[in-house]
Amino acid sequence: MNRLGLGGWAILVLAAIFFITPLVMTATFSFWEGGDRYGFDSYRILLHSPKLFESAWLSIQLSLASVLALLVLLVPAMIFMNLYAPRLRPVFEFMATLPFVVPAIALVAGLSALFTGPEWLIGTPFYLVVPYFFLGLPYAYRAIDVGLKSIDLDTLTEAGQSLGASLGQIIRLVVLPSLRSAMLGSALLTLAVVFGEFTFANVLLFHTYAVYINEIGQHDPTEAAALSVASFLLTWAAMLGVLVLGGGRRPAVGGR
Amino acid sequence: MRSPLAVFFIVLFLAVNVLFMLAPTAMLAIQAVFDDDGAFTLEYFQALAQYQYASSFENSLILSLLSATVGVIAGGLIAFAVLKDDAPRWLRSVVTSFSAVAANFAGVPLAFSFIATLGTLGLLTKLLKTWGIDIYAAGFSLYSIGGLTLVYSYFQIPLMVIIFFPALEALRPSWREAAENLGASTWQYWRLVGLPVLAPSLLAAWILLFGSAFSAYGTAYALTSGNIALVTTEISAVLSGNVVSEPQIGAALSVGMIVVMVLVLLASNLLSARAARWSVKS
Repeated sequence: MNRLGLGGWAILVLAAIFFITPLVMTATFSFWEGGDRYGFDSYRILLHSPKLFESAWLSIQLSLASVLALLVLLVPAMIFMNLYAPRLRPVFEFMATLPFVVPAIALVAGLSALFTGPEWLIGTPFYLVVPYFFLGLPYAYRAIDVGLKSIDLDTLTEAGQSLGASLGQIIRLVVLPSLRSAMLGSALLTLAVVFGEFTFANVLLFHTYAVYINEIGQHDPTEAAALSVASFLLTWAAMLGVLVLGGGRRPAVGGR
Repeated sequence: MRSPLAVFFIVLFLAVNVLFMLAPTAMLAIQAVFDDDGAFTLEYFQALAQYQYASSFENSLILSLLSATVGVIAGGLIAFAVLKDDAPRWLRSVVTSFSAVAANFAGVPLAFSFIATLGTLGLLTKLLKTWGIDIYAAGFSLYSIGGLTLVYSYFQIPLMVIIFFPALEALRPSWREAAENLGASTWQYWRLVGLPVLAPSLLAAWILLFGSAFSAYGTAYALTSGNIALVTTEISAVLSGNVVSEPQIGAALSVGMIVVMVLVLLASNLLSARAARWSVKS
């Protein structure tokens, strides 16, 4: 029999201790006001800091822009590649693997070496959307690839065409709805990853949320703890979204 | 049928990749082999042998090896325990969703959580002290390779749990039943059937975890602040001009990282091809 014995429970309890302790300690620490006093001081200070909202707002905008860039550039290209140019598949696979092979810090080194201008591109924080596109690319590529494989694209397109639908109608009414969960899943994952991204923003000197947390942490550990708790909860909310939207729904059409 | 729209989108996607991914990577390789006067030289790659850079590679490799090993063993055991027949059903969804959160809770916030817990003034450090256990006097430090391994485990273990669930589920109960019917003990089943079947996916997972630790930057940056040189923090120090060294050194370090990652990925592809042998469609 395959039973969860004493050893199994011991492993789970140890794991629970390892994972819960830092969270509880960090939460407690964020309420510390010096000496024996505990309260909401650090949260109050943070809520009155305009820089927090500025940096968080910038990170939200960057996340949304990155998701948009990813969906607009990747989804149509993948649909058309599958329909008309399946021979390009290895090229796409290679592109989707590159961000794994080139670590973020190496890519940012390459970008700074190659692009020293123009100012309208590298001078605005939205320059970060370029590396963030590659941050989300491997995940989004996998998810959409699985989504496209689960429907019989060729047959669906032929069926649509024989019924008199235009290519635009087929993509809008047949292909995109069946990719909805894959697109939502990768969108939420990209949102979560970009919102907390530190490497690119820190090296390229833009004041995003993660860079702000790091700045705060250099001089005020309790406020940094409060922000860490907040980001844990935010990550959790985003991941719950991924699980609910990505796991709950099956493709509406097709299937083999 | 070919539509101009299709050509447009495919070309656009490939162009973005070439311009912002391939070209910067190629630029690194070029930058690393030319000196300020534009003459070809290998001196920057030779400079990587200097103590400072060699030790940063050594530290990064040790940290990645250690945290990947801890992650594979601990994460593997957790996934294994959760998938037991009599484990409560709610346990699986709790572990899955928590792992998804914790695997993505990396970077600066993670570093600060551990500083608040196990730093020199951390709550747990002080709590243990009141119980008479002074962990810093006993040789522990959060700001060492061991401490970093502990912090990295916080995202490595959940990552392993997520990766390993599907592999464990592919172990078919019928194999176990067949082994039992033929009189095999639990130990014999694992030694002769279970582990050999899982070995390729275990190694592939280990390699993925290695890569995730090797390229991690935020956590190390917020935790070490220069105490321990890692390749990622060395590159960022060169880029931000905090240290006096030529940009070519940063490029050479980056090329070194990419070479390590390419080797890691090649090994992973070889192993997952082996793993695929056993995943027959049921």
